[in-house]
Amino acid sequence: MLSVSDLSMRFGGLMAVDGLSFEAKPGDITAVIGPNGAGKTTVFNCITGFYRPTGGSITLQHADGRRFSLHAMPGHRIGATAKVARTFQNIRLFAGMTVLENLLVAQHNTLMAATGFGVLAVVGLGRYRAAEAKAIEKAKHWLDATGLTSRGDDPAGALPYGAQRRLEIARAMCTDPVMLCLDEPAAGLNPRESEELNQLLLRIRGEGCSLLLIEHDMGVVMRISDHIVVLDHGKKISDGTPAEVRADPAVIAAYLGEGEDDEVPA
Amino acid sequence: MSALRDAFLSALIALGLFVPLVGLITTTTDRGLTLTVRPIATAVLVGLVFFGRLAFLTWRRRHTGREIVQSNRAFAEALSRAGRFVAPVLLLFAIAMPFFGSRYYVDLGILVLTYVMLGWGLNIVVGLAGLLDLGYVAFYAVGAYSYALFAQHFGLGFWTCLPLAGILAALWGIMLGFPVLRLRGDYLAIVTLAFGEIIRVVLINWTSLTNGPNGISGIPRPTLFGLQFSMDGGEGTVAHFFNIEPATIQRVIFLYYVILGLALLTNWVTLRLRRLPLGRAWEALREDEVACRSLGINVTSTKLTAFAIGALFGGFAGAFFATRQAFISPESFTFIESATVLAIVVLGGLGSQLGVALAALVMIGGLELLRGFLSYLADQMHSPLFADLAGELPLYRMLIFGLALVVMMVLRPRGLVSGRTPSVALGERREIAAELVAQGRG
Repeated sequence: MLSVSDLSMRFGGLMAVDGLSFEAKPGDITAVIGPNGAGKTTVFNCITGFYRPTGGSITLQHADGRRFSLHAMPGHRIGATAKVARTFQNIRLFAGMTVLENLLVAQHNTLMAATGFGVLAVVGLGRYRAAEAKAIEKAKHWLDATGLTSRGDDPAGALPYGAQRRLEIARAMCTDPVMLCLDEPAAGLNPRESEELNQLLLRIRGEGCSLLLIEHDMGVVMRISDHIVVLDHGKKISDGTPAEVRADPAVIAAYLGEGEDDEVPA
Repeated sequence: MSALRDAFLSALIALGLFVPLVGLITTTTDRGLTLTVRPIATAVLVGLVFFGRLAFLTWRRRHTGREIVQSNRAFAEALSRAGRFVAPVLLLFAIAMPFFGSRYYVDLGILVLTYVMLGWGLNIVVGLAGLLDLGYVAFYAVGAYSYALFAQHFGLGFWTCLPLAGILAALWGIMLGFPVLRLRGDYLAIVTLAFGEIIRVVLINWTSLTNGPNGISGIPRPTLFGLQFSMDGGEGTVAHFFNIEPATIQRVIFLYYVILGLALLTNWVTLRLRRLPLGRAWEALREDEVACRSLGINVTSTKLTAFAIGALFGGFAGAFFATRQAFISPESFTFIESATVLAIVVLGGLGSQLGVALAALVMIGGLELLRGFLSYLADQMHSPLFADLAGELPLYRMLIFGLALVVMMVLRPRGLVSGRTPSVALGERREIAAELVAQGRG
């Protein structure tokens, strides 16, 4: 599915990601965890084309065998043709547009193709009307999945925080991705919302979309991940199933801090 | 007590402003320039400011800030509800105007409609796509000069050249767009500003093509299905065909309807596009460019289309300007034109079609009517106290107008018609409050 090999990203003198390699299998929920500043979001930005890696390669293989070299593709094509969608750590919705409009913007490329380069639909020709009806159906499907049906005509900026998080996921899913990258989807959610998020993510996996997940909430990570990659200081320190990772001494050291000399046990 | 001090300070500032503006005046006499001092007029104005400020402060103490915000919001909602009726009424008025207006008003109507069209064209770029364009006049100039040159060198008529002028302007829009659209915000604004100036400077200096600062004259007038508006009333003229007495007003009214049609075309295309994926992508781009990219939207080409379509309508308006004036020179395409059109868009409310039309009406038509009103007022002032002032009253229209704009932006910072109507809805369309809508950072 997704294979990252020897990925490096350097910002001036700072090596944010250093020789990272891992694989994400199709139909899996793969979690990338690590302490703050470990380079998780940088990895995401490389995968989704917001940064161009300074070294290494990222390859995505679709179920039909087509391969995409994500490290060398222009940013918007990663969403449009390689079908990798993402959400953001600090929610990025189109706040002044309604929930439904947000979901229709996500289907821009499909809809645009139906407008005959935008010209035919202006004069009312072509099959745009049908395409839009279909797009609204898809939007309704994801509104239903995220429990936002009743808020469809509200501006996205007026939704409560948890609903905005879910809307961002719904919007990403409207692009029909084969892989969805979620950057801290559970941040700021209460336990109930967090549990609903788990169900939503499992449902998305059930529909055949692989997930890549950055998360701090260990409750979410340990319960739903099939595979965990642990980063620290830009390097991979552990890789395996939740049970394996939890038992790995390197992970425990990274998270709790190694017993350094100046630390006095309480 | 603090109110008194505040009012005193305001009066002091007014004193500083009005002494040079009103109190001192140079008059030409046979002995050269002499300086006349007008203490009474200045004192009256400063007094007005003092008591006005005092009255305002007392009023504000009675009404809390929250109340003002609420009444402002209520006004906005009333306005958006009224918008449904205002737009058709305005349209009917615009269609009926030439039947009862005099030549002066039809001419003024043409001017206002030209700016309405330019405002609507720029609204695509600034209001919808959120790209700050300070050089919109460049496309206006390209449109005007392409028609003038085509007509002069190839003898083409207005209706052939109209689409050509639009397409050429759009091409220039794309040519400007390619290198420039990777810039954002202030940088984009500066480069577009420079582009506007470059076009003007080229027009001035490329004398062999454009006749430089002398401009191009004798640009042909538009025809009505091949019929000309000519004063001789001979074969092939409108007057002959309809068997009526030839008169200049016929051509003016025809021009009025041409620009009305062009403006409505701009409006119709914009409203259509807003409901199509392209328009929605423009608005999404204004809201959040990064999110657009993550959704697989080609940000560059989407911005380019906004630039090109905005330029297209600028080019149409330019060709109309050339045919209306029958004479164009680089003088007509200075930065102040871009600034005026941008002011119309901002004052009207970014993205609002009705707002832009109202703002153009107020800024272009209102300013002209204010001149008439001030002249009338001056005629009525017989008191010897104002004897000097009366004659110059019309000169203060810019001052009054500037004050009106400042007051307007204080009361309604997001423009006359702020808020946004959703392009699509599951149920009923509800207006989105302006506070949620992004203004775009280029």
